[in-house]
Amino acid sequence: MINLNVNGTDHAVDADPDMPLLWVLRDKLGMMGTKFGCGIAQCGACTVQINGVAVRSCVTPASAVTDAKITTIEGLSELGDSPVQKAWVAHQVPQCGYCQSGMIMAVDALLKVKPKPTDDEINAAITNICRCGTYARVRDAIHDIAQA
Amino acid sequence: MNKMLKLGRRNFLKASAAASGGLMLGFHIPAGNAAVTKDSEVNAWVVVSSDDSVLIRVAHSEMGQGAMTGLAQLVAEELDCDWNRVKTEFVDPRLNITRNKVYGGMATVGSRAIRSSHEYVRKAGASARIMLVQAAADRWKVSAAECQAKAGVITHAASNRSLTYGAVAEAAAKLTPPKDVTLKDPATWTIAGQPKMRLDMQEKVMGKAAYAIDIHLDGMLHAAIAQSPVFGGTLKSYDEAALANLKGVRKVVALPNAVAVVADSYWEAQKAVRTLPVVWDTGTNGKVSSATIAKFLDEGLAMKDVPVARNDGDVDKALAGAAKTITAEYRVPYLSHAAMEPMNCTVRFNADGTLDVWAPTQNAEAILGAAARSSGLDPLKINVHLTYSGGGFGRRGGAAPGDYVDQAVTIAKAAGAPVRLVWSREEDIQHDFYRPISSAKMTAALGADGMPVAWNTRISGHSILSTANPSAIKNNMDVGFLVLFADNVYDVANIKVDYAMRNTHVPVGYWRSVNHSQNAYFRECFLDELAHAAGQDPYEYRRKLLQKAPKQLAVLEACAKAADWGKPLPAGHFRGIAQIDGYGSYAAAVAEISMNADGSPQVHRVVQAIDPGYAVNPDSIKAQMEGSVAWTLSAALYGEITLKDGRVEQGNFDRYRMLLMNHMPKVETVVVPSGGFWGGIGEPGGPAVVPALVNAMLAATSKPTRSLPIIKRGATA
Repeated sequence: MINLNVNGTDHAVDADPDMPLLWVLRDKLGMMGTKFGCGIAQCGACTVQINGVAVRSCVTPASAVTDAKITTIEGLSELGDSPVQKAWVAHQVPQCGYCQSGMIMAVDALLKVKPKPTDDEINAAITNICRCGTYARVRDAIHDIAQA
Repeated sequence: MNKMLKLGRRNFLKASAAASGGLMLGFHIPAGNAAVTKDSEVNAWVVVSSDDSVLIRVAHSEMGQGAMTGLAQLVAEELDCDWNRVKTEFVDPRLNITRNKVYGGMATVGSRAIRSSHEYVRKAGASARIMLVQAAADRWKVSAAECQAKAGVITHAASNRSLTYGAVAEAAAKLTPPKDVTLKDPATWTIAGQPKMRLDMQEKVMGKAAYAIDIHLDGMLHAAIAQSPVFGGTLKSYDEAALANLKGVRKVVALPNAVAVVADSYWEAQKAVRTLPVVWDTGTNGKVSSATIAKFLDEGLAMKDVPVARNDGDVDKALAGAAKTITAEYRVPYLSHAAMEPMNCTVRFNADGTLDVWAPTQNAEAILGAAARSSGLDPLKINVHLTYSGGGFGRRGGAAPGDYVDQAVTIAKAAGAPVRLVWSREEDIQHDFYRPISSAKMTAALGADGMPVAWNTRISGHSILSTANPSAIKNNMDVGFLVLFADNVYDVANIKVDYAMRNTHVPVGYWRSVNHSQNAYFRECFLDELAHAAGQDPYEYRRKLLQKAPKQLAVLEACAKAADWGKPLPAGHFRGIAQIDGYGSYAAAVAEISMNADGSPQVHRVVQAIDPGYAVNPDSIKAQMEGSVAWTLSAALYGEITLKDGRVEQGNFDRYRMLLMNHMPKVETVVVPSGGFWGGIGEPGGPAVVPALVNAMLAATSKPTRSLPIIKRGATA
């Protein structure tokens, strides 16, 4: 059994210790907000927060985060009204939306440590791939939150 | 950017899956009004509830391009309903069979969702409005002509009475639809034509939007697949015993050209399929490489007696007599789609002989057809559940025949349980229907004034139609391959365009902007070479050649103006410009760049203009234009699928590189709708961006860039 704390709830999961957190979330816990995009930590669609830090869950063994607080997109807010989510709606950021759970979790983690990031800091921290190309709106939305 | 700070409304996308019962979805559907309501279908598109909410059916796929919202805006505009009470629902493709194609074509390709259906969806809205008003008039025993509808309320001013749509919907649904309806003048629109917030936005920021890959079913197993690495290869043998010690493995399923492992979780299935020793019969294609394909295409550039698409004047004579001629060869590689949601399909055979299918798609009817073909079931027994698609870009429509659906049906049948098949990213990139490889050889003659008097173009490339729709090929001509050349609008007296069809074993298909993305690069960069040779400003050069093409000229001028063309730039900065028409729209781009020390460009700013005729949602249009910049810069800077031993060398985003935040330029979009026509939005934005960038590089370096990608393999810039 692997004991995980996800969005404040404890779960005991019967899974191989090497199973990446992404697949425990999706296939064992039925939490589908976190997405599979590449499986090799390149695209960031699977980004969750481990103790508030953005982590790519597709290469993170579930057994490595048993003592941590795991936050997924489902745990970011009850009503979808966290500052990042509100800014995302205001700027109409998502297109297909598939990468946006990971994008939002990465941005939320960045703003925790850098509430007013510069463009260079955004470029360094937000390396998620978006094939629809929402990058310009992502940047505008981040700056908007920083000014609030 | 246009900011919309007010959170408009909750999205109420009603997943058609939810109504079918017995299904656990991996997402939450917001609870509606607890009171009992009655829904009345006024017509195939419009369902009005007794609580005054309006359900608008959407027959096209929503893959990020905003069609769901735009189509709903068009219906709601004519319906005169309350936009804040609109919900949407995707159409079950079986309804299009049983209701005699009432929903038209459901394929969402070629930037056609709105431009091919605007008339009948608006008529559906208008027809429903007329019926609702008639029902109110009947109840009041007055003439419908004395009544007015606005925001879902019908008013009879003379008697100061009013009724909501919900109050008369049941009666309206029983009326005979009007034969003729008059549509509104777009100049009077209040719902369409506005930058309405997208209806899918709230659930997409909450991780609650339903994609096919998120479907969870009771007792569902997970499948991973390995397909023949060489296209056209077949499965020879595999050693199942090697999986004996792996946990969770349930079954190995052999397919003609692939092998799948079914397991308790996707990770276990994927691990097993990578462990499984497999022998492939790769046939004769196992010797093909990028070098052999390049030689094959180059032969096409030199071939005699190929079919001619256009022959104005006498090109040979004009070239022979010219004082100055310029010749250039341009080349573009194969490209993969790599939509963020990998190819996947979930299938459940039910005890009552029916079948449920979930798959990301741009063509629900094709999914239905594929599932019927591979299951042998009557299509009416197959429920294709439509969800959002995590990108599409052409991979899930057009030329792709539902390969992933066929596989999932076969695997689920063999497994005897519901199965969700997910392709790894490597399978996705290595088993695509690629944007074709293509080359162009162009020769132009310049007159004494520096303007072109003759332009000869030979295109050599792999025809998409040859496999997507072979009956459309006549005399080895694929006219789709010659867009922007066969219909080149530049005013040149002698023009010849011909085509050497050079088909390889690599599957090809439609890819956002397809041949426009290739030919815009060829044409607009060669034109800049001509302007450069003539010592003329490339913008003014184009203006002179577009005097007989007013729409192209207008959009070019709008773009140049917005981009400050001709005004001073910071030291080391350069501009390039290009214009195209395609998908029913007109578009132009200006790129502003500087050159990095390693010879790669840094794109600082892209300004685009688009004339789509009518602008149904101006903010959606801007979003598509912005996205097109990222899409097309990924391709121009890094995009290249190469082959070795008959197989694709790239497998994931580490070697098939994508543009990230750090290289996304500032994008400004000018929407200049001139009215009178309906142009597409998803694809017109990309094609002009690449030549604008490459032309800025020409301005910076005086050297043309005649092949893509700009940053070759192995470079790290």
